[in-house]
Amino acid sequence: MFFYLFKRLLTMIPLLLGITLISFTVIHLAPGKPTDLALDLNPAVTKEVKEKMERLYGLDKPLHVQYWNWLKRLAVLDFGNSFATDGRPVLDKIGERLPITITINLLSMALIMAVAIPLGIASATRPHSLFDQATTVFVFVGFAIPTFWLALLLMILFGLELNWLPISGLTSYNYDQLGPFMQAWDRVQHLILPVLISAFGGLAGMSRYMRANMLEVIRQDYITTARAKGLKERVVIYKHALRNALMPVITLLGLSVPGLIGGSVIFESIFAIPGLGQLFYQGVMSRDYPLVMGGLVIGAVLTLLGNLLADLSYAIVDPRIRVK
Amino acid sequence: MNSNTSCPGLPPLKILLVVLCLFLATACQDTEPPPPQISGPVEPAYGDAIVSGTIGDASNLIPYIGSDVSSSEVTGLVFDGLVKLDKNLEIEPNLAESWEISEDGLTITFHLRQGVKWHDGEPFTAQDCLFTYQFVTDPDTPTPYAADLMQVETAQVLDPYTFRVKYKRPFSRALYAWLGDIVPRHLLEGVNVRESPLARRPIGTGPYKFETWKAGSSIQLKYNPDYFRGRPYLDRYVIKVIPDSATMFLELKAGSIDQMGLSPLQYARQTDSKEFKARFNKYCYLASSYLYLGYNLRNRLFQDKRVRQGLSHAINREEIIDGVLMGYGRPATGGFKPGTWACDPNIKPVTFDQDKARELLAQAGWKDTDQDGVLDKDGIPLAFTIVTNQGNSQRLKTAIIIQERFKEVGVKVKIRAVEWSALLKEFIDKQNFEATIMGWTLPLDPDPFAVWHSSKTEPGGLNFIGYHNEEVDRLILSARETFDQEKRKAAYYRFQEIIHEEQPYNFLYVPDALPVVASRIHGIDPAPAGIGYNLIKWFVPKQLQKYHYQP
Repeated sequence: MFFYLFKRLLTMIPLLLGITLISFTVIHLAPGKPTDLALDLNPAVTKEVKEKMERLYGLDKPLHVQYWNWLKRLAVLDFGNSFATDGRPVLDKIGERLPITITINLLSMALIMAVAIPLGIASATRPHSLFDQATTVFVFVGFAIPTFWLALLLMILFGLELNWLPISGLTSYNYDQLGPFMQAWDRVQHLILPVLISAFGGLAGMSRYMRANMLEVIRQDYITTARAKGLKERVVIYKHALRNALMPVITLLGLSVPGLIGGSVIFESIFAIPGLGQLFYQGVMSRDYPLVMGGLVIGAVLTLLGNLLADLSYAIVDPRIRVK
Repeated sequence: MNSNTSCPGLPPLKILLVVLCLFLATACQDTEPPPPQISGPVEPAYGDAIVSGTIGDASNLIPYIGSDVSSSEVTGLVFDGLVKLDKNLEIEPNLAESWEISEDGLTITFHLRQGVKWHDGEPFTAQDCLFTYQFVTDPDTPTPYAADLMQVETAQVLDPYTFRVKYKRPFSRALYAWLGDIVPRHLLEGVNVRESPLARRPIGTGPYKFETWKAGSSIQLKYNPDYFRGRPYLDRYVIKVIPDSATMFLELKAGSIDQMGLSPLQYARQTDSKEFKARFNKYCYLASSYLYLGYNLRNRLFQDKRVRQGLSHAINREEIIDGVLMGYGRPATGGFKPGTWACDPNIKPVTFDQDKARELLAQAGWKDTDQDGVLDKDGIPLAFTIVTNQGNSQRLKTAIIIQERFKEVGVKVKIRAVEWSALLKEFIDKQNFEATIMGWTLPLDPDPFAVWHSSKTEPGGLNFIGYHNEEVDRLILSARETFDQEKRKAAYYRFQEIIHEEQPYNFLYVPDALPVVASRIHGIDPAPAGIGYNLIKWFVPKQLQKYHYQP
């Protein structure tokens, strides 16, 4: 087991290097440089100023030298400073937004699980019933509705007409003057709409997946056996069928680990949430290489770790895999 | 009112919503009652705050380094220049009480205000002015704004309150360069500017002191009680980051922000209710920018000025302004802001005249010989692509309207919207385009050197259309080297005549700025400079104050 883990971790290193090399090349292939945004089409800028700025950022060196320098810094976990005018360390910029994005994604994933799994089971146990068809319509409506549109409608309803919930942002203006209990309540209020809306879109996938798994498991011989033994339907479904149907969901969970740091630009813009989606989008648009690379490396590491985690938990859950 | 009675005056969208959510039994109410009316004259009072909505977070709060709008909004309140612009955009004293310009126009001597203190209590002196000059022109300072101060030959401190700069040659823009913020020497000297804490916690001499910054969310400024022009009335100035303009508008209606810039559509269609007008005041004045259709003059399609004139007559500017700006703008006539001293009022916008357009194109040899609806000459059709940047719907709509009008006179146009950075690198800087729709922000001083002088036609230069006219070059340089406004004006009037005749750009429109401010805030006095110039005089009468702070 330990050897297996060690081997897996070791193979991740060349994989990661390959990913960074490709990412680095691709992002530099995109036309434009980080200095363009501040300098181009600005009447007050002369050619000398442009060259001066490019030297400051080390952009005058050949690409492989730039990559090597970047890699050397990465080896000591230095992601460098952002090329944006604030010039702050990339890790700081990502770090201050990471908790926000992870919180929203975790909450939304928990909500999806809490709703989609029972929904999937219920649909699978009554296939093609009215309930099954109604939930199908419901989750697909959620899947199809454009987030920004639904978000705006709910903001108008709950924020403006009913005045129940705040419209956007993470905290109220008077947050600092509130007591600790009210501060927590204030945060909860601000999170309700974003979490609800991001979960609504994800319901379809998970509940359909759960339904399909469950249907397949129910058709298996051992379920027939369990029923033949005279077990109660509740025990058959929740004890024997559910456990097996949940197995593939673990893979799915492992694969969604990198998704935890992924934020949606549109979603974050609408709700004025300072999350990672906006940060990386702006990073790409302004060709902020260190920031984009920092985000890609963290994403790549999380993807690889997520895969590993999924494999490991598989081994724990399924004895057949453990034997090898 | 309960949920069973319908809400009067709700637009269909909201009724739909209410129906959709029938299961929610609840009362329908206005989010915030309109402020009570005050009778009699209003007394200025200290207190309250203004919350301003902005679409992007600030980046760096050291002046000259952050070049985005939000950073400038903050540094503009935290720092001061030696001079400033008054309501009519004329230069007036600020940190400098007075100044003299020598006979030959080469030397400016500033006499500084005494007793001004930085927000940390240190006195402000001429050393700070000298340092600002050194700071901006230092090759290690990553600033795009060094060019104007690079014209200074020597800068010297005569005594703690006298500062003198000497130029290599007379430079008409010299005073405008000193509109720039003065930075504190005692905090920035000998410091690596890219690591200075001032980028996140600025210290200046201005009306507001920096208080807090929540990254990506808000920046809060607190009044400076010792401000040399008098303490501002509003206790706090808050900038709230809301990237989406629809959300920002909802926040405005909910009362959580007090000020924002409206889109023409919001201004015309969504802000006319009685309730809205009671709670907010809308303003409308000409913005300092213009939109144009520029032709790459190296391309042989556009080398004949009759072609450019003809195309210009084929454009209906009023129609574009109505369609794209809901009427909130006016036709542009040249590269200067209408109503300012440099802009020649005798030059009228090019008229919409399709017959004249066809005639001019025919004179240039473009006729539809093969009857396919597209003009041609020597077997080449008059067809080209207009490039513009992606994500700017006003520019794209303008392009589409122009495309339709050009089609009517037999000119075939394709439109291509390209991501900003790629547009600049692949098309504009390499001068690899046929025509482009872009805009210029008009600088405070009208000097058109950077955009129109022929020395700026090299790759990456701003004269990317490749305009070259010896008389224009001469006029621009002569206006640049005199302080005599009448002489500059004469040169610029002639310059506009030439550009108007040659039409290297088809000037399109100057949009209106459409800000809205909560009506509890008094003391706003719209002027050619906009509304923000007298912010320290804005106030909320005692009985209308919304936010309260411990002193």
